[in-house]
This record gives sequence, C-alpha cells and structure tokens, in this order.
Amino acid sequence: MTLPPALLLGLLLLAALLAVAAPFLAAAARPRLGRLVPAACILAALGLAGCAASALALGAPEPLLLPFGPPWGPMSLALDGLSAWFLLLLGLSGAACALFAALREAAAPPRQAAGLPLLLAGLALTLLAADGFSLLLGLGLTALALWLPLAAGEAEDAAPRLAAGLALGFSLFSLACLATAIGLLAGTAGDLSFAALRAAPPQGWQAAAVMALVMLGAGAGAGLLPLHGWLPLLQPHLPASTGALLSAVVGKVFLYVAARLLLDIGGPAQPLGWGVPLLAAGAATAVFGALRATQEGDARSILACAGLGHLGLVALAFGLSASLRAADLGALAALAAGAGLLHALGHGLFQTLLTLVVGEIQHSAGSRRLDRLGGLIHAMPAVALAAIAGCAAAAALPPMAGFAGNWLLLQALLAAWRVGELGFQVLVAAAVASVGVAASLGALAMLRFWALAFLGRPRAPRTLGAQEPPRALRFLFLALAGAAGGIGILPGPLLQLATPALSLVSGHAGPAEISVWSVSAAAAASDYRPLGIALLLAVAFLGLVALLRQISPRATVRGPAWDGGFAAPPPHLPFGEPLTQPSALGFAQPLRRMLARRLLAAREDITLPPPGDTGPARLQSHFHDPLLPALLAPLLRARAACADQAERLRDLSIRHLLGMVFFLILALLGVLAWWGGGA
Amino acid sequence: MTLLAGIVAQLLHLLLMLALAPLLLGCIRILEARLMGRRGPPLLQPWRDLLKLLKKRPVLAENASIVSAVTPYVGLAATLVAASLVPGFARDMALSPLADLLLVVGLLAIARCALALAALDIGSGLGGLGAARAMSFAAFAEPAFLLAVMGFAMLAGSTNLDAIGIALQEGAPGPRISLGLALVALLAVALVENGRVPLDQPLDHPAGAPAVTLLQGAMLLEASGRHLALWQMTAALRLTLWLALLAALFLPFGIAPADSGPLAWMLGLAVWLPKLLLLALLLAVFESAIARMRVFRVPEFLGAALLLALLGLVFLFLSTGLA
Repeated sequence: MTLPPALLLGLLLLAALLAVAAPFLAAAARPRLGRLVPAACILAALGLAGCAASALALGAPEPLLLPFGPPWGPMSLALDGLSAWFLLLLGLSGAACALFAALREAAAPPRQAAGLPLLLAGLALTLLAADGFSLLLGLGLTALALWLPLAAGEAEDAAPRLAAGLALGFSLFSLACLATAIGLLAGTAGDLSFAALRAAPPQGWQAAAVMALVMLGAGAGAGLLPLHGWLPLLQPHLPASTGALLSAVVGKVFLYVAARLLLDIGGPAQPLGWGVPLLAAGAATAVFGALRATQEGDARSILACAGLGHLGLVALAFGLSASLRAADLGALAALAAGAGLLHALGHGLFQTLLTLVVGEIQHSAGSRRLDRLGGLIHAMPAVALAAIAGCAAAAALPPMAGFAGNWLLLQALLAAWRVGELGFQVLVAAAVASVGVAASLGALAMLRFWALAFLGRPRAPRTLGAQEPPRALRFLFLALAGAAGGIGILPGPLLQLATPALSLVSGHAGPAEISVWSVSAAAAASDYRPLGIALLLAVAFLGLVALLRQISPRATVRGPAWDGGFAAPPPHLPFGEPLTQPSALGFAQPLRRMLARRLLAAREDITLPPPGDTGPARLQSHFHDPLLPALLAPLLRARAACADQAERLRDLSIRHLLGMVFFLILALLGVLAWWGGGA
Repeated sequence: MTLLAGIVAQLLHLLLMLALAPLLLGCIRILEARLMGRRGPPLLQPWRDLLKLLKKRPVLAENASIVSAVTPYVGLAATLVAASLVPGFARDMALSPLADLLLVVGLLAIARCALALAALDIGSGLGGLGAARAMSFAAFAEPAFLLAVMGFAMLAGSTNLDAIGIALQEGAPGPRISLGLALVALLAVALVENGRVPLDQPLDHPAGAPAVTLLQGAMLLEASGRHLALWQMTAALRLTLWLALLAALFLPFGIAPADSGPLAWMLGLAVWLPKLLLLALLLAVFESAIARMRVFRVPEFLGAALLLALLGLVFLFLSTGLA
C-alpha cells in the first residue's frame, strides 16, 4: 500500500474542519451557515472515528510525510494504536457535541461557533501528529480554540474573559514546558519525529528534566493537581458543546501526550520511580476533583470537577503501568494501562452525555444551578433516564462503564505489592484508599446532581417550562447512555481492540486472561464477568417484580406527602415551600464539615438574632479552592517585579542593548557547544 | 453433575439467606432485649411485620415519580445478587466464579444509591438529610474496606471470595496480627454500612422511632406497604450478608464443597448457623454496651478503621519482604 488512505482521509477531514472554522474567524455573521458548520463537524468527527476504528482493527497505516513544516524535519502524520484509541474517543464525542450544537446552538455568535471546529481540528492534529512539531501545533490550536469563544465577545461581565485569559495562560505554560521537553528528548540532532525520539530514550538528568517538564506541561493542560484551577473556572462560560468536548476529551488528549512522551518514547529501561509522579498526581487529582464536585452548586462545575476526578484515575493507571513495567511485571503493567485506556474511553462518553444533558436542561429549564431546578423527571423523562445511566456509570456502579475501569485499576493496584519496595507498596496502599474515596465521593456528587435536578419539587417557576427535547436529541442521549452501558458490559472485546495501544504504553502484549465474557488479571486471580452480572441483576429485578405482583397485588394509591407530619403548604406555593427541600448546600453539608474544611477552606458562619428578636438565624457557608490563589499570587508579584526591572531597560543606551544581545548569543552558542560536545 | 450440585446449592443458599435474614434480625432483637432485662419480641416478629406490610396498600406521595416505585426492587435485587455471591454453608456454588469482593462492594453501592434516591424523590427535608449522611459516611467506609480487601488479595492472590476462603483455611495465612487488624476495620465498616448503634439507631432498636434514626428511618419516611417491606427485607438481608461475609473471611472452616453431597451440606449448615449466631451475639453485646456517637465523630471512627487496615497492610508488606 503506497498511500495510507486512512491518514489521507484524516488529513482531508482536518483541512475541512479548518476551512469550516476559517470564515468564522473573520467574525462575519452568517446565520444561514449556523447549522452547516456543526453538520460538517459531525461528518468530519465520524470520519475520524472511522479512521481510528479501522486503524485499531486492521493495523496501523504507514506514516504520511507532509511537504511543509520546519526544514530540518517535515511534518508527519501517523495513526498507531495509542493515537487511534484516543482518536476514536474524539470522533465519537465530537460527533455527539456537533449534533447538539446543530440542534441547540445554531444561533450562537460566530466566534463561539468557530470554537467547535477549531477544537476538533486542534485535538485531531495533536493525535495524528507523528513528530514533536505537529504535536505542539495541534496543542496550540487547541489552546486557541478554548480562548477564542470567550476572548472578545460582548460579555457584560469580566468573568468569562478572565477565565479565558487564565486558560490561555495555563495553555501557553503547558506548551512551553512540552516544547522544552521535546527539545530535550530530541537533543541536538534536530529530528523531531517520534521514531527518532524513540530510538534515543532519555537518561540520567535529562530523563528527570523531561519527566518534570512533561508533568508540568501535561498537568497544566489536563488539569492535574496542583495546576487544575483554570478548568472549573472556564467550564461554566463555554457553550455546552465546546464545554462537553473540553471536559470529555481535552484532558485525555493531554494525558495521551504524557503517555506518548513518558511511557511510549521514554518508557523503556526506566527505574521504578518513573511512574510515581503520574501516580501521585493522579491519586491526588482523583480525590480533590471528586470532593470539589460534591460541593459545587452549578451543574457544569460539578461535572467539570467530577471529570477531573476521573482524569486523575486515568493518570493514576498510566503511572502505575510505568512503574510496574519498570519492575518487570509486564502483564500487570498491561492490565493497568488497559484500565486507564478503558476508563478514558468510558469516561469520555458518559462525560459527553452528562455535559450535553446539562446543556439541554439549561436550554429547557433556564438554569444550571441545582437550587433553581427540581422535579425535571416529570417534564423530561427520557432525558432523566439517559442522565441516570450516565450518572450510574460515573458513580462506578456495576455493570456500567465506570465500574469496569475502576475494577481493572483496583486489580492492578491490589497486585502491585509484588514490586517489593516497601515505600512503593505504601504508596500503592494510599492509592487504593484514594481510589475508594474518589469512587464514593464521585457517587455522592452524581447522586446529588441527578437527584436535586430531576427529583423533588420544582424550586423555581421557570422549571415548569421544561419539556422533552426533539427526537434527535433524545436519540443522541439514549445512544450515549447505551454506550456507557455497553463499555461496562464488554470490557473484554474493547481491551482486545486496544491491544496495539496497550503494547505501546506498557511494552507488553496485554493481559492474557481476556475473553468476550470475562476479564481477569491472571489465571489465578479473580474474574469480572459483567455480562453475567447484568443478566443476574435483570433476572433478580424482574423476578422480584413478578413475585411481588403475585403476593401483594393491591394497587398503589396517591396521597399527600407525609414528610414527617408537616402541614400542607399555603395555596400561593403550589409546589410547597422550596426552603423545606434539600438544597445543594445542605446536601453537601456533612462532607463540607468532614473533609472540605481542610481541603477546600470551607467555612460556615452562623448569625443568630439577638435575644428577643424574632428574625431568623442565618447560616452562610462558602468554600474556595486554596490552590489557585496560592499559585497566582506569587506569579502576580513576580510579574510586577519583572515589569519594574524591565522598565530600567528603557534607560539603557544602544551600546548597552547591543552588548546584551551579543552576550546572550554568545551564551546560547556556548551552551550549544557544550551540549553538542557532550552528546 | 458438579454443575447441577452447584446450581442446587446456590438456590438453597439463596433461599436460606432470604429466610434467615428476618430471623437473624429477630434473634438480635431478642438478644438485645435480654441484655437489657426485657423479654423482647418473638423470633418471628420481623417475618410477621413483612407479611403484614405486603397485605397493605402502598401510598405514594402526590408528586412522587416512578423512582419511588422502582427503587425498592432495584435495592433488593442488587442486595440479593450480592447475597448470593457470598459463600455460606457451601463453596463452589454455581455463581462462585462471579463472587468477587470488589463486585460485592459495587452491588452494595447500588442498593445504597437506590435508597438515597428513594429518600430524595419527593423532596422532603428529612429524606435529604438521611441520604446526604449515608452517602457521606460511605466515602470514609469504602477506603477502609478496600485496604482490608488488599490484605486478603495479598494473602490469597485473588479477590474471589471462595479463593480467599480456601487460601486462609489451607495455607498458613501470614501474620495473624494483619488479619486481626483487618477484622477490626471490617467490623467498623459493617456497623456503618448497616446503620447499627454507634452510628445510628437501627429501626428495630427499642428506641428506634423513625425520627430518631437519622440514616435509615429518615430515608424510609415516605415508604409504605410493599415498598417498605422490600426496604426492610433489603436491610435485613444486608445485615445477614455482612455477617456471612465476616464468617466467610475470618472463620473459613467447615464450609462444604458444593459437589460433596447433601450430607456434607448438612454438616456445613451445622457449622455455618452457629457462626452467624455467634456474630449476632457479638453485635448485640456491642450495641448494648456502647452509646450512640455524634454524627461528626463518625469520620474519626472510620478514620481509625482506615489506619488500622493500613497498619495491617504494612505488617503484611514487612513480612512478605522478610520471607
């Protein structure tokens, strides 16, 4: 095969996406094109998913060299197992987001409409890149796509612009770190293609520097602790489709970059500690993201933070895989990598579903705040059904997608004591505990979101206007919910499909004990048979229903709520006093007191009326993320100091300035000569 | 033949669990009453309550959704599947290849979420309070449970319940002190998961009026008729499941292989029932001896369990490192 058709197709789709985005960059308002753009995006995303699936099933196509790029190394595209796996997620999630955009965001201003195709193109270029330059170009495009929709709109308040600026700052920091890391990997040879990088893996201090830089770069892009602060701020301001793509795919793509640079290119022959930074950052992110998700009041922020938690689990799995590979436990390393990949795909799909559901709720019920919703299950039953499937998957309940990923990850963690180093064993035990905390906090966050939005009584009159979405959207939601169930029920075939990716990440052909019906860590270890569990649950449920129908045939009757004996509400409140319902803050209160006081600086202020006053007592509670201010405050001080210093440059003469430039060039050449000589 | 024996043993086990669950609850009530110097209700009282509730007509609140009507079945179905996975009088039953400890954790989580959803369905304040607390406690219970599971996985090389039982029964099961610490951690988790005394007043407790029991009782305020019967059965079955789980993990002797014939089954049953009774007695003594705990002390209680489980693991790490 001389021409790699799948890659050419991918290239064409990329070009199409860019072309679609281009006219909007000129900010020309063309309402008739409103639906054309998302429609083109759907086709392109489905095409990308098709490319990825064919590459996974039929084998990787030949790399494609492009006739442009820097003179010392032309840009090249390739699709191997690892990139194909993530491209599959991008294609599926992107198609869903574009369909939502076509139906609900056709009238968006052009800058916002340009975000989706640009983001798709940037992420696809990152995944298809076969050299460092294209990878950075794709990431740069991604950063632009996230900043553009909010940068210069006619926003009334400064918050969106601030969030976009913060996101851009973090993205640029991430790009700078990754560019330096790729430069260190390439050395002075100048060949940036992955094949050349793989031939000379980093060693010694270079390996440590690459690890630190990639952790900073990928961490800032994906939102790993402590560089996560921009994500929950940006998420609520983006349109639902772009936001869904952001929380479902963008973080995964940065983890893909980390896996590519650290595990695939730099992975072989590393010490045991190679995976520890990813493992520790992943575990911390998982707990912190899930805890913050239990406290937020805006549904989009809840989902963004819960998404961070799941992303942490994927990072944990990749880090564990790297360490197990270093300890020569190949099959376990493959199991951990498989857990990461499976969870990345599953989480990508249910996160897309939930974020789009919130978009639909906002469209239909007029708010995303849990305290303004309630009782939506009566108005939009199909959406509620799809959403509860997504929530069950996110809450890691069997047999849904989240549980399959967690189960595989825990199996790898539970066997990781075989490494033998006591310090690493204790770290693994801490990781096991944090997976447990993250899973149960995630379950609480999802239950709180679903129950407060869909159950209970309406908390605001506007909620009554909610209605079911058009048939296409209902179909989309239910299809995504089905995917979340399908991934949970069929982890075996999916892991078999992911074998090329597994061998790239873990250096091992994949765990042997995998069949269609069951997955297992090793022959002697325990099996997980999700199809059997699903069948058992269904049989037990239906059996119980049939049995109870026989032995307790009396029909149910309706009556006023008992509610512990409370009186009926006054007639001007047809849905009861909203304050008697559980609120978003109230539901979060136990955890706020138990955990969030230390981790999220949560506080509760009680104001009691003075004796004799009949006014009510007031309870005010708030929390904030202490990490972002802790990061930004020194940065702002440093910026002010730098600006003061830079002011002094203005007073220098031309002689001094030329001298400075000259010495800088000399110093750089000196570094180059020293490094080149040493290599 | 083996398959047939496995299926018969599995069905028998399931029926036994279902029949025993309310009886065990009645037994605990009698024991607790005797410890307090009262006679206590008859042993069959929980079964009578269930049958009475089944005859009644369930009343749903006016704004209740389908969630109130469906979740009782979901909760009991998930608990039932979990209960059928935990070995009782026999091992190698038909479903034992599926009997994974992590899966049991997941199935119990389904039942917990179903109960919380039912509590939140009509938007009553007490229901929300109970649901928020029950779900928050789980965030502390689950890591302690998982660390204990890690200890068993180290000893047995598997998280399958049968495999763990066989490994602990046959092999020299490593340092006893690790098992002891894991036992304490799992006991604390079991008390929390079942809403027993130091955490919550159980519904069947002498002082257990619904308004006092802020976990279980608050969540079941709106349930009635067969829905309430299903929830009560779920709670009883969950308690029996936990006792059977503790028996299978820490007292793994005398369990009959499923293909060894009815006589061996009877023998297994004769060993299994006293184990359950012993655990029930321990529970009754503990509950009578200890006072209820403030809600916000619970994280400390479970944090101690977490630390003990971690300590047990470190002992295991050290002993495997020395061996």
